[in-house]
Amino acid sequence: MKPFSGLNRFLRRLPLNLIVIFLIVIWFIPTFGVFVSSFRSREAVRTSGWWTVFQKQPVVGEAEYNEYCASCHGADGSEIPEADLSDPVVVENYPRSNRLLAYLKKPLQNGEPHVQDPSLPENPNEALELLAPILDYMGTLSGSGGSQEVAALSLRNYADALVGYKGTQDYLTDCEEGVESTLAKFDCNLSDIIKPEGMGRAFINTLIVTIVASVLPILFAAFAAYAFAWMDFPGRMWIFALLVGLQIIPLQMALIPISQLYTRVGLANTFWGIWIFHTAFGLPYAIYLMRNFLGSLPREIFESVYIDGASHWTAFWKLAMPLSIPAIASLAIFQFIWIWNDFLVAKIFLTGKPVLTVQITNLIDPRGGNWHIMTGAAFLSFIVPMIVFFGLQRFFVRGLTAGSVKG
Amino acid sequence: MAASKIMKQGPVVPWLYVLPAFILILIFVVYPTVNTIYLSFMDKTGELPASANCVAGEPCWGIFENYRYALTNSEMTTALKNNALWLLLMVPATLGFGLLIAVLADRVRYESLVKAVIFMPMAISFIGAGVIWQFMYAFISGSGSQIGVLNGIMVGLGFDPVPWLSTAVINNLALMMVGVWLWAGFCMVILSAALKGLPSEVIEAARVDGASEWNIFWKIMIPMILPTITVVATTMVIIILKIFDIVFVMTGGNFGTEVIANRMFKLIVTDTGRSMAIAVILLFLTIPIMIINVRRFRAQEEMR
Repeated sequence: MKPFSGLNRFLRRLPLNLIVIFLIVIWFIPTFGVFVSSFRSREAVRTSGWWTVFQKQPVVGEAEYNEYCASCHGADGSEIPEADLSDPVVVENYPRSNRLLAYLKKPLQNGEPHVQDPSLPENPNEALELLAPILDYMGTLSGSGGSQEVAALSLRNYADALVGYKGTQDYLTDCEEGVESTLAKFDCNLSDIIKPEGMGRAFINTLIVTIVASVLPILFAAFAAYAFAWMDFPGRMWIFALLVGLQIIPLQMALIPISQLYTRVGLANTFWGIWIFHTAFGLPYAIYLMRNFLGSLPREIFESVYIDGASHWTAFWKLAMPLSIPAIASLAIFQFIWIWNDFLVAKIFLTGKPVLTVQITNLIDPRGGNWHIMTGAAFLSFIVPMIVFFGLQRFFVRGLTAGSVKG
Repeated sequence: MAASKIMKQGPVVPWLYVLPAFILILIFVVYPTVNTIYLSFMDKTGELPASANCVAGEPCWGIFENYRYALTNSEMTTALKNNALWLLLMVPATLGFGLLIAVLADRVRYESLVKAVIFMPMAISFIGAGVIWQFMYAFISGSGSQIGVLNGIMVGLGFDPVPWLSTAVINNLALMMVGVWLWAGFCMVILSAALKGLPSEVIEAARVDGASEWNIFWKIMIPMILPTITVVATTMVIIILKIFDIVFVMTGGNFGTEVIANRMFKLIVTDTGRSMAIAVILLFLTIPIMIINVRRFRAQEEMR
């Protein structure tokens, strides 16, 4: 049975692999579909499923050409050297189908009639109707034009999303054609990227919010965590237990009181306001995680530096901080992705400066007329977290599991 | 007690380290919580007691008037019911998928690929997920071309397309599917770490004794990772209680898909008192989890 052991093994493992692959596909399809859609035109997104991109689209006139002309001129048009339809110079002699029809009715240079197989309809209108797509296809064959379809896939949705275009065509076309309503709003140059209604500006806002709000809590948390781990003070355990409880206070609890407070002290709609808010709500988990990490470091190292006369301040900066780089990295990435994807806090505390998530909802057209822009907008918002996520997945996973898995 | 008296320090020093964080938490977490509870007993202006909302001839709970709304108003009862449904279905679903994938992925050679794909939605915002799933659920009436994948399949198989997001009951399940898609990866990662941390001798010994893989899974692995399962389950409960963005962006809470946090958000501008009463109910629902977490923490500390 030896020759079949490999096959047997394969068959035994087949159901397992099929289930796993099935699950992967299920998980992957939704994102993939929007990714494909983000390159499709407004009309295509609105009227047909994204999967039709993978079905072969019939080329205009191909069927008619094959029926009437291909028997003599060949499928690629170059069968008869004296009348090479793949030569643009030849094809450009017939800009319109009536010129072509007139030519087809005339005898050829050697005096014989132009063979048509099968012959064209007698009625000139019918013949013209048939010749139009054939001419189109000759243009495609010769590369001299043919029907100028808008390229099936393009980056236009991304351009629309970046600048926050809400018109009826698309931003790039409007700029080319000089459509007035668009020119009134946009400058049609790179500066449009930071227009307040676009994803470009929102991208910058999100970066500003996220970077500061991921670093600040770690700084505060590190100090507190150090004290909880390596100092002795009354009520230490109780306060820490309280912190564990506070971790899950819904941030909904703070929305109204804090926005009232912010209005009073002038922090409403400022980056400072949202930075501090995210910092405060990130702190309980950050302290918890950092304290567990610092507390698990070997006690001897700390003892030896204390015996050498180092103060807590020195031990914190020279010993605890360098050693906790892995924990800090995990925490920073966890916090980064969390804040990048936040919607509620930004929606309430930063109304004048929309972040990506808020801007996406601003772009929603209640009548569903701009789905194509939403796809581009969504993917623009994914770029950074995806890079961070796939580049630093190890740290992100550690940041998640450290809080939950014991040890 | 890792830290006890390693180095003597004055009574003030520890507080200097703790204080910056503490002041922030006091201002942003503790004070608002107290204030929110206070506001939940006030009317929509926040200046008069909630009983000012009472209308003569209609039921009134006096100072608890906002809570009467939060517990008896038909939109709120729908929201409460839906949150219960979310908890009941989505916690087992995320845990189940997470565990299934963790176990299966462990047995194939492309484990890291499987995990990356399943975990990827965690990098995506709820809002982004909403956009993504609109293209799964989109509905165009008639048997013409569909732009949503699910209805594309339905029509392809010869059925009528289904308005997934506006048909009662189905729409709640559809929204939960988005939640499972987003969070199963989270469960998978943590459960997979726990499974990999199991001592291999125990499992090998069971195999040598002739235990089937099925029995090993249910009778050895599951009991051994039960503490981790509890942690993941409690985390999921918290996340689901606060579920908001998915509903907000996909149905806006219409067609019977309302949830507590979305209701709260809708009222935040128009009626502070009611909105805050809903927030307090949300807090109230999280208290059991809070107690479980603190207890678990204390048990862990005693084992140190």
